[in-house]
Amino acid sequence: MRRVGLSLALVVLLACSMVASVRFGSVDLGTADVLSALTGVAPPWVRTIVVDLRLPRALLGALVGGGLAVAGATFQALLRNPLAEPYILGISGGASVGAVLMLATGIAGAGSWTLPLAAFLGALLAIVLVFGVATASGRGMDVRVLLLAGVVVAAFFSACIALILSVSEARTVQSAVLWIMGSLANAGWSNVIVAAVYTLPATVLLIGLARPLNLLAIGEETAQYLGTDVERVKRLALGVAALITAAGVAVAGVIGFVGLVVPHAIRLLVGSDHRALLPLSFLAGAAFLALADLVAKLVLAPTEIPIGVITAFVGVPLFLVLLRRSLAA
Amino acid sequence: MRLSTDRLVVRYSGAARPALDGVSFTVTPGSLCAVLGPNGSGKSTLLKALLGIIPAESGSITVRNKPPRAWSRRDLARMIGVVPQGEALAFPLTVREMVGMGRYPYLGPLHGEGQKDREAVQRALVQCDIERFASRDVTTLSGGELQRVRIARALAQEPAALVLDEPTTSLDIRHEMAILELLRASADAGMTVLVVTHGLDLAARFADRMLLLREGRVVAQGPPGTVMDAPVLEDVYGWPVAVEPDPVTGSPRVTPLRSVEATGAE
Repeated sequence: MRRVGLSLALVVLLACSMVASVRFGSVDLGTADVLSALTGVAPPWVRTIVVDLRLPRALLGALVGGGLAVAGATFQALLRNPLAEPYILGISGGASVGAVLMLATGIAGAGSWTLPLAAFLGALLAIVLVFGVATASGRGMDVRVLLLAGVVVAAFFSACIALILSVSEARTVQSAVLWIMGSLANAGWSNVIVAAVYTLPATVLLIGLARPLNLLAIGEETAQYLGTDVERVKRLALGVAALITAAGVAVAGVIGFVGLVVPHAIRLLVGSDHRALLPLSFLAGAAFLALADLVAKLVLAPTEIPIGVITAFVGVPLFLVLLRRSLAA
Repeated sequence: MRLSTDRLVVRYSGAARPALDGVSFTVTPGSLCAVLGPNGSGKSTLLKALLGIIPAESGSITVRNKPPRAWSRRDLARMIGVVPQGEALAFPLTVREMVGMGRYPYLGPLHGEGQKDREAVQRALVQCDIERFASRDVTTLSGGELQRVRIARALAQEPAALVLDEPTTSLDIRHEMAILELLRASADAGMTVLVVTHGLDLAARFADRMLLLREGRVVAQGPPGTVMDAPVLEDVYGWPVAVEPDPVTGSPRVTPLRSVEATGAE
């Protein structure tokens, strides 16, 4: 069974990348130090690095990566568009406006929770706006309108960000740009808990909707004839996928590429059945982002490369190889 | 399973003229009914109203013993297998996966396919003669092959009724005949079969009853012998025709006339 083999391989890959993320970092610790930190007998500074910095960072990478991949696969099915990705509805734009506003006004300095909260609220604003437009006809949600509204709202948010940045100091601009490019550097246990609370139940729910999603990927009319309450499934799945995305952006900024390409890569390997596609996308997205973060931390240590650069640098060639192979087959 | 409408009126929002205007008809178990009419006469609208997609403005629709919109989508899917006009597949899928979707109305979110489901899928694959390419990607199939896959999916639903919207349009003779024979056999086995089609001659050969629509109204209905009437068809399609019994099959056959032939000039 190809699916079983791939899931096992992905679980092993995810476990290895998590272990490696905890083991390696800009501060050179030995394996013995790490183990003693986890069992609680290490000096406090070692414990802090391992338990309060590296471990939550590894978990956050896995949660955000897995969540973005599942959300991407869901958006692609619901919008019946291979180019759909988690940020297509302007969610990242809304979150960025929230975050940049906090940085520009200096409120971000008031507490580590202010920026993620503002980003999350910005993302929710985008969702409400876009869904509101798409359901305005009163005859159910039109996904074509949803897509169009998303693109337009995203453009509006870009303009807002440009405006805020144009009147900000250079230092603010730099931190804003770094935030928008996405990073796991601010990982902490509170972020991990937020990401887990949104991502894990939502992923389980979407996997439960795998069969209706299979039908919706064919067409809404056909899905109805095969027993799906299309409006309910669309609203539920879109809402849940949007919330996963909002939580991910709030805690880790705009990490591109995972949500677009991981689902396609899994589709090329095991086909389009969402019962396999969604769980495998979660595992692959989690492993991929954890690994990308490790590379981002280590390559130019102690300077960190934005993780979005790594996801694209590693992901693009990998995806092109898969694409070539599947076209040749 | 009986499908019927009584003085059904359907209007799309904002349209001045109703899409269906007082349509009354019934399809009974074990019979094949063909719905015919020019483009825009309301054939597809009638199917969508029967299937609960479009609400009735007035009049009634009955599926088994209650209106389609009073059934859940899941219950409807267990009773009626539908082959809609077109489907745009966004992602690749194998033939077996596509036919397997016909079992979805019987499965819960955590409930996998059982022996019974696999058997239903297998039967549908054999019935539609597509077993040979069951593991092929549906996006690589020809029009005729894809159409048989979609019919197999409807059969895998093990429905009491089949509803098809122009299932043989754009198919060659062989595939068209194979599909119509399959539908005839399904009706003979006790199913209720409703087909929208443009093919008057084949409808007259295969259907027990024909329903002829124009601008949302029923112009004629009944056995092919009564509906295939030259003055009625000329009126509905706005073109001169001759209707003669086919020398081979004996069923009525329509010949559209050239304008010179219609006036009798040489």
